[in-house]
Amino acid sequence: MKCDNCKNQASVHLTEIRNGKKIEKHLCEQCAAQLEGLPIKSHTPINELLTNFVLAHSGQLAREQSATCEVCGISWAEFRQNGLFGCEHDYTAFEKDLTPLLHRAHAGGTHHVGKVPVRRGSAMPPAKKQVDVARLQRELQRAVEAEDYERAAKLRDQIRQATAG
Amino acid sequence: MSEIVVSSRIRLARNISGYRFLGKMTRHQRQSLEAKIRDTILSAQLSPQTLYVDLEAAPEIDRQLLVERHLISKQHAAGEGARGVAIAENETLSIMVNEEDHLRIQVLRSGLQLEEAWEQINAVDDKLEARLDFAFHPRFGYLTACPTNVGTGIRVSVMLHLPALKLTGEIEKVFRAAKDLHLAVRGLYGEGTEATGDFYQISNQITLGHTEEEIISDFKHGVIPKIIDFEHHARRTLLNERTAALDDKVFRSLGILRSARLLTSEEVMFLLSHLRMGINLGRVKDVDMRTVNELLLLTQPAHLQKLQGRKLEGDQRRAARADFVRQRLNGN
Repeated sequence: MKCDNCKNQASVHLTEIRNGKKIEKHLCEQCAAQLEGLPIKSHTPINELLTNFVLAHSGQLAREQSATCEVCGISWAEFRQNGLFGCEHDYTAFEKDLTPLLHRAHAGGTHHVGKVPVRRGSAMPPAKKQVDVARLQRELQRAVEAEDYERAAKLRDQIRQATAG
Repeated sequence: MSEIVVSSRIRLARNISGYRFLGKMTRHQRQSLEAKIRDTILSAQLSPQTLYVDLEAAPEIDRQLLVERHLISKQHAAGEGARGVAIAENETLSIMVNEEDHLRIQVLRSGLQLEEAWEQINAVDDKLEARLDFAFHPRFGYLTACPTNVGTGIRVSVMLHLPALKLTGEIEKVFRAAKDLHLAVRGLYGEGTEATGDFYQISNQITLGHTEEEIISDFKHGVIPKIIDFEHHARRTLLNERTAALDDKVFRSLGILRSARLLTSEEVMFLLSHLRMGINLGRVKDVDMRTVNELLLLTQPAHLQKLQGRKLEGDQRRAARADFVRQRLNGN
């Protein structure tokens, strides 16, 4: 069937009811867009489009819920049920979901700044040294306020050592 | 101050790398891990005498005894599967094996001794770490079964005796202040226990994002002095403005303790708590603190039965308790 407007093949078929009368129009994609304001038909058929849309959304959901630790097999859902992890690898396996949880549980704390096992010492980032001094200075202030001069002296020596090195 | 702060406790949670956490372990894996940890602790020679108790094999009364002495948690006593506890350094150090984490190291000191406790437990942690590979991540810190413990894995707590705040009705203030500061308030035996005998355990809840020293320091210099002041103030109020009411409470309690024929462990805790306060405030002069502190422990169910050398049920136990208390307080 040819387009009513131009010589191209008609692919859009419109039926209008106006004043009780049925009017049929046959247009090609371009004329339909131009004259009727209809969007140019996407090259993806609707059924494919629909499946992709659903998949894009539920696929993510399915992925989240079925995310498991490769080592111990625990799922995020299982962890949420009793609040306990299955192995040390879970922390990295669920890192993304874990961050907001830790933020809430530890009032904003999301990174460890405390003791490091001796055998892991070399993995300590250089930035930690700066943090140490600031912390020591805060502690010194508190010790002086509390009149714990013995402790204050120890801290003062620690600060000296840290800033000299 | 030491009368109000009964004890200080620090605990560290650790897991061994290369082993699953307890929730995902097989029975066999639990047994072999327990054996490995037990052998490591004993060979580390943490103290001239280290006692290891196999809790799976121990009778219930022994487990109850350990709970009463604050050496294991109720959870550990009631748990299932291969597990144990190592006790050393004159009962100031206990290491629970296979509780919620592979290791829960605990140091318990009387009064307010948080810094001393930290020095002690830090050294033990180092000694064990030299022999065991602890599960650790540069960002998350020491890895624990529950993320609420991750990072430092540290739980700092103090046991406070707050009878006056309870009597003046201001104890709610303490709960609110603690909650605002992200601190947990629990009863005498920790998680899931009631505050019997006006004893309250205050502990930190945040373990990630601060150093161990910061957590301890915030505790020692922040909320604890405030609560102690609160209690002192409440006691002074009772002493100066409500002397008769205070004395009535104290001497009524002493009266019951000296005369009762049946006493439940809960009731005796409250009575001893009032007596304890009475001695602190100088109202009672003929009973000494050591007797009261001993009674607080020895009237507990397992301790009482061990003393008597036999199992006691119901009224028998309540009668035995009352007899024991009368004997100690009347000197006959």
